[in-house]
Amino acid sequence: MATKILAPLAGKIVRIDIEAGASLFEDQEILFIEAMKMETPIYAPCDGVLDKVLKKVGDDVEEDDLIAIMA
Amino acid sequence: MITPLSALIKTTGFIYLTPGMIFMWVIGLVLIYLAIKKEYEPLLLLPIGFGILLANLPLSGLMTPEHGLLWKFYEYGIHWEIIPPLIFLGIGAFTDFGPLLANPRLIFLGAGAQAGVYLTFFVAHAMGFNIMEAATIGIIGGADGPTTIFLASKLAPQLLGACAVAAYSYMAMVPIIQPPIMRLLTTEAERKIRMKKGRKVTRREKLLFPIISTFLIILLVPASAPLIAMLMLGNLFREAKVVERLKNAAQNELMNIVTIFLGLPIGATMNAEVFLQPKVLFIFGLGLCAFMVSTATGILLAKTMNLFSSNKINPLLGAAGVSAVPMAARVVHKVGTQADKKNYLLMYAMGPNVAGVIGTVIAAGIFVTLLGS
Repeated sequence: MATKILAPLAGKIVRIDIEAGASLFEDQEILFIEAMKMETPIYAPCDGVLDKVLKKVGDDVEEDDLIAIMA
Repeated sequence: MITPLSALIKTTGFIYLTPGMIFMWVIGLVLIYLAIKKEYEPLLLLPIGFGILLANLPLSGLMTPEHGLLWKFYEYGIHWEIIPPLIFLGIGAFTDFGPLLANPRLIFLGAGAQAGVYLTFFVAHAMGFNIMEAATIGIIGGADGPTTIFLASKLAPQLLGACAVAAYSYMAMVPIIQPPIMRLLTTEAERKIRMKKGRKVTRREKLLFPIISTFLIILLVPASAPLIAMLMLGNLFREAKVVERLKNAAQNELMNIVTIFLGLPIGATMNAEVFLQPKVLFIFGLGLCAFMVSTATGILLAKTMNLFSSNKINPLLGAAGVSAVPMAARVVHKVGTQADKKNYLLMYAMGPNVAGVIGTVIAAGIFVTLLGS
């Protein structure tokens, strides 16, 4: 079942450490969102393979925006 | 030959130097060091530190009433109450009140964190400070530099330098001062509480907020008008989305310019005669106390609110009720993630944090109303 990776807070994506096809494990740091002059790490919600990354570095995201999908 | 030489020496500052002045150089240099090396509030502490050096160079005349350059900056910028409200214009332009509107009950935490201000006011008064000075010292607990300067210039100009440096120092030390208090007053389980998602705030709400707040707060506490008016105008620039140039000017260029003219004369008020008094130590001690009490009461208020609601608040958010924006919110987020790394409290903490700014301005307005001549 596909798992969505949503932005837990609004901000700007400043770093993405993963790409489609990568194997992820639960709680792995996958990207960073900058908000209020602070970089916040975002973690993989579960073990699995990354299917698609829908955002890129520099994109602004709102809370709950879809960032990536795990297969 | 000797007489003209001694006359020449007397025109230099060297023979007028006092040990106090040299001690003040050390303080100025320490602030400059902290600003550059440790990056503690460099935008303010750097010009303040340099201002201290200038104020303690004899015969410079920089602070001579009517003539001195820095005196003019002080008189027309701070004493005339122009610079602190302009800083608030910039703060309004970059503050998003959305988190507060999404979760309006968090405004109470911003109010609760003002308890340190009032408590310290009474303690300082009991310790022998006059009532005007006590109010100025208390407001340090709000951890809001421009408001502290605004109130000091109105009620106790003789304490302005010390109070401003205390306020900015404690703002810089938020990440050091607050976490131990936060951990002491909360359990691991409380720190792990995840906040229920707030509702989406509409553009119309964000647009109406500065206008309605202006009416409400200024009608309620008219003395807060200079700061609230500018804060809300800046925020209206931001939310209107049609005056990007004004918004950018307010939060960047204008803010940078007034910051220069704020820091330098504040440092220049700190000459050895005024600053090297035992009461300055008390100001720093009481200011720290005010700030710590404000942090604690914010947390305790959040815990009290939890007793009456099934929708629990993470009590760490109470610590963001002091108005050091966004440092206090970042500290809340960091302490929260130490308990649960997937607990994203940052945006929730911005609610009480921006409420704290308004709360401290209102507290200052109440002091001016009750004590101002």
